[in-house]
Amino acid sequence: MQIIVDILSWAFILAGSFFICVGMVGLIRMPDLFTRMHAASVTDTLGAGLLFAGFMLQAGFTLVSVKLIFILGLLFFTGPVVTHALSQAALHAGILPRLQEDRRKRPETGAGGGSDADAARTKN
Amino acid sequence: MMFTAASLAILVALSLAIVRAVKGPTVFDRVLAGNSIGTLALLLLATVGFLTGRPEWLDIAITYGLLNLIGTLAILKFFRHGDLAYDVEDEA
Repeated sequence: MQIIVDILSWAFILAGSFFICVGMVGLIRMPDLFTRMHAASVTDTLGAGLLFAGFMLQAGFTLVSVKLIFILGLLFFTGPVVTHALSQAALHAGILPRLQEDRRKRPETGAGGGSDADAARTKN
Repeated sequence: MMFTAASLAILVALSLAIVRAVKGPTVFDRVLAGNSIGTLALLLLATVGFLTGRPEWLDIAITYGLLNLIGTLAILKFFRHGDLAYDVEDEA
């Protein structure tokens, strides 16, 4: 019985470690700020979730598991709040997402003209 | 043993996040990397607590998570408004 719990917890902890590293590799490799935020959220959700699931299997039904659930709840709520504030501040500072092509509907540049402005915007 | 593996993985991830914090072209990349470093420090605190067999470290991890949130939001507010105590009615 104990060996099954140990194997399961090894699996969860190794998967969590893998996703933590994947999120931070994405933070290095991704091309612009918004895709980097997307990559960093993997660490907050999948990495921490799997890691703490493995810890909870080791801790059993104790106060330690309750504290782990509290930390998971904290990450669950603060991650989206910080990401939203960060993207809002970045957009306010004039940093735009890097786009292959601009598919937003803008009536003033609809028919022909203004394509140069669009091209300049996508190169940001 | 499993906790040693997890803490090693977290240390590798921390070094990658520090690379982004040093390199980051804009200030927001650095803020994002700083927030990730805070989250990884929280995970490392919890893991080291299990590694040493003293789960009281989890309390420190909870406190660190709260401080991380407050610190990141304060930095973002400062870089957005240039002032921590700005007046809403000043905004155009």
